[in-house]
Amino acid sequence: MQTVPERKTERPPVIEFENFQFQYFSQAEPTLHGINLKIQEGEKVLIVGPSGSGKSTIGNCLNGLIPFSYKGEIKGSLKVGGKETREMNIFELSKKVGTVLQDADGQFIGLTVGEDIAFALENDCISLPQMKETVQKVADVVDMGKLLKSSPFELSGGQKQRVSFAGVMVDDVDILLFDEPLANLDPATGKTAIDLIDRVWRESKKTVIIIEHRLEDVLYRDVDRIVVISEGRIAADMTPDELMAADILPSLGIREPLYVTALKYAGIKVLPELKAGRLDTLEMEQIKEPLKRWNQAQKKKGKQKERPVILEAQHISFQYTKKRKILKDINFRIREGEMVSIVGTNGAGKSTMAKVICGFVTEEEGKLLYYGEDMKGQTIKERAQRVSYVMQNPNQMICKPMIYDEVALGLRIRGVSEEEIEPKVEKALQICGLAPFKKWPVSALSFGQKKRVTIASMLVMEPQVLILDEPTAGQDYRHYTEIMEFLKNLNDRGVTIIMITHDMHLMLEYTPHAIVISDGEKIGDATAVEILTNEEIAEKANLKITSLYELAIRAGIREPSVFVQNFIDYEREAHRG
Amino acid sequence: MKAKLFDYIDRDNLIFNLSGLTKLVCFICLTCSVMLSYDIRYVLFVTVLSGIFFKMSGLEFKQIKLMLIYVIIFLLMNFLLTYLFSPQYGPEIYGTCHELFRINSRYTVTLEQLLYQTTKIMKYASMVPMGMVFLLTTNPSEFAASLNRVGCSYKGAYALSLTLRYFPDMIRNYQDIALAQQSRGLDLSRKEKLGTRARNVVNICVPLIFSTLDRIELISNAMDLRGFGKHKKRTWYVARPIRYADWCAMAVCALVLAGSLGLSFFINGSRFWNPFV
Repeated sequence: MQTVPERKTERPPVIEFENFQFQYFSQAEPTLHGINLKIQEGEKVLIVGPSGSGKSTIGNCLNGLIPFSYKGEIKGSLKVGGKETREMNIFELSKKVGTVLQDADGQFIGLTVGEDIAFALENDCISLPQMKETVQKVADVVDMGKLLKSSPFELSGGQKQRVSFAGVMVDDVDILLFDEPLANLDPATGKTAIDLIDRVWRESKKTVIIIEHRLEDVLYRDVDRIVVISEGRIAADMTPDELMAADILPSLGIREPLYVTALKYAGIKVLPELKAGRLDTLEMEQIKEPLKRWNQAQKKKGKQKERPVILEAQHISFQYTKKRKILKDINFRIREGEMVSIVGTNGAGKSTMAKVICGFVTEEEGKLLYYGEDMKGQTIKERAQRVSYVMQNPNQMICKPMIYDEVALGLRIRGVSEEEIEPKVEKALQICGLAPFKKWPVSALSFGQKKRVTIASMLVMEPQVLILDEPTAGQDYRHYTEIMEFLKNLNDRGVTIIMITHDMHLMLEYTPHAIVISDGEKIGDATAVEILTNEEIAEKANLKITSLYELAIRAGIREPSVFVQNFIDYEREAHRG
Repeated sequence: MKAKLFDYIDRDNLIFNLSGLTKLVCFICLTCSVMLSYDIRYVLFVTVLSGIFFKMSGLEFKQIKLMLIYVIIFLLMNFLLTYLFSPQYGPEIYGTCHELFRINSRYTVTLEQLLYQTTKIMKYASMVPMGMVFLLTTNPSEFAASLNRVGCSYKGAYALSLTLRYFPDMIRNYQDIALAQQSRGLDLSRKEKLGTRARNVVNICVPLIFSTLDRIELISNAMDLRGFGKHKKRTWYVARPIRYADWCAMAVCALVLAGSLGLSFFINGSRFWNPFV
């Protein structure tokens, strides 16, 4: 374990883990071992770690869901506000630790904003007039004061999260705990969320704990300390600047900020004095020259040969009701063997676009051409043999208990004989790296493996185009890389892949071609690098300019977007090699 | 859109502004008054009354169209089956027999039977606008609040309101899953045989159940974390105070119930109104 010398402060610790160990009754091994961690009053601490590292378990120990909802054995001690948590119940603890859960949609309990914020007050039997007053006050803090009567369907993801935030703040808790606050937000909204957390932290002087694996996005604002969890232990506990210099993140399967990776590629030794914890604080003077030198040394790649157009949209319009058009005159061309991302804000129409392509809904106007042939009038089932759609959540797709049956389902329905099915299923399982699991039940698989099962069950039908909705949502860097490398592999085998996403790393690294939809209109159609370095498009579509671009500008590089492209190419080489 | 059926949309008018408690009491009173009486005059009166309430609530016909179609089908079936199984029940109740025409020795058409069956159908029919007004003008949480106020445990009441609240979500989820499964070739359209279609629906329900269970775990955690179930009582953000209009509405509905009972006990002397003697 790497630690820094104790900082001298008079502030008392509000959270104290001492030789803490926890084991779920349902598991053979402890999830947390020997945790020693002190968090002082008013600190802002970020807890990072890959999925399954135990970071969420730490959060659940703090808010009391462990052992109240998830049973297990606790050893050692955990004190919150000086009192052992095992002597408190979840209600007592919830007065000290307020938790904003990951899924803002699922935790929306009330039917309106006001009601949801009031939920904790209702349970405390607060009288109606006093309740209304508190709700208004707290809602104003998160800028939701004017929307008290809105229902959750009218709110965006970011607004829903603000409501959950307010619902926790009505209790006037000392500690605010955020469990993956960025998970379901688009990049720009995520940025606003981090800003809001920062503002509340500064104004209210509360202790803030953020559990998240999207390190770069959280570090957009100050944090005091980063605690890195790996395999149930604390692997590091230091300031952001020190952590960037320590070079331990990549080996643990956590992605370091892109600009830090760029510095390393350019052969710059990242030291704490560089202040690489945030891009704003980075000391540019010494690193300008090495960056420029590296940039000039990169070779330009030749353009690849153009392949035939596989999917073309001509003037596609669509509307559910007469009032609002969801898609307005969309045109695009996707070539055979491309990897394309469709990006845009929530509700911009990107999912609808996918639904139109699959024939789930029928376009009002316009044409959809597959190798130049109009797809009009083809049923969902017929289209599925050419274009397959994989939903975001594999649990929404899997309906058979055994992996083999699940993958074979599509062929069985089409009346293919069992003798023909078997080799096809085996091939699909093999491509997806699931061959050893052929006879396994689905329930034994991890989330990422389930995702691959859903992809395999589409691949058996040998589609030419695969559309994936948020293929890596909620995945840590290791699983993200696993899924994306797998898709890249498929792509190399000739399958055209279209991804609906708001993950900008994905877009930048894996999809050379990006289509941006905003408010039902196509506002961008170019290479991912061009899109993510175009401020106008980024702002309209709630994207965020990549930190690489900002780094290039700050280093005084003349063509910053070329620098970004060089980085991507270099990284691909490094990955492949 | 099917999901719209149970969606609550807030409006500002007399019926919407009544408290949930009032609406619950009124609904119970009116239902009892038609259930207890077989006097077609009174049943028609309540039907008209509930029609007026529906008009006043500003709900649109298309919101209940689907429901109405189901109810009409159910009523027609009911009408036919009643006649099929007990064609002589009317004369039995009323003690007279005015025969209109004869089909065979068992099946004759009598005025008594027609009156009995029409009354019965009207009783059901009168409940439709009433039930819809109650369901669609009451905010589910307020409904829970009012159940709690008439003495139900708040946990039970809240569970009920959450079910109502998540029902549209579940339908939406079902539609999404159905689409994805259709693209794998599960045909739910009329082209497929009924048996296969039923099996295909089961294939959709499995993922639906699993994602719903995930959802339940999340929501129950969220509720625990915010102190649900801490005390024996709780207050309600959406509770509305009982106002003058509420008392009036409850009084009117109580009168309707009293009228129904009075009619049975004092005027008709039984639950049936007999015009044939």
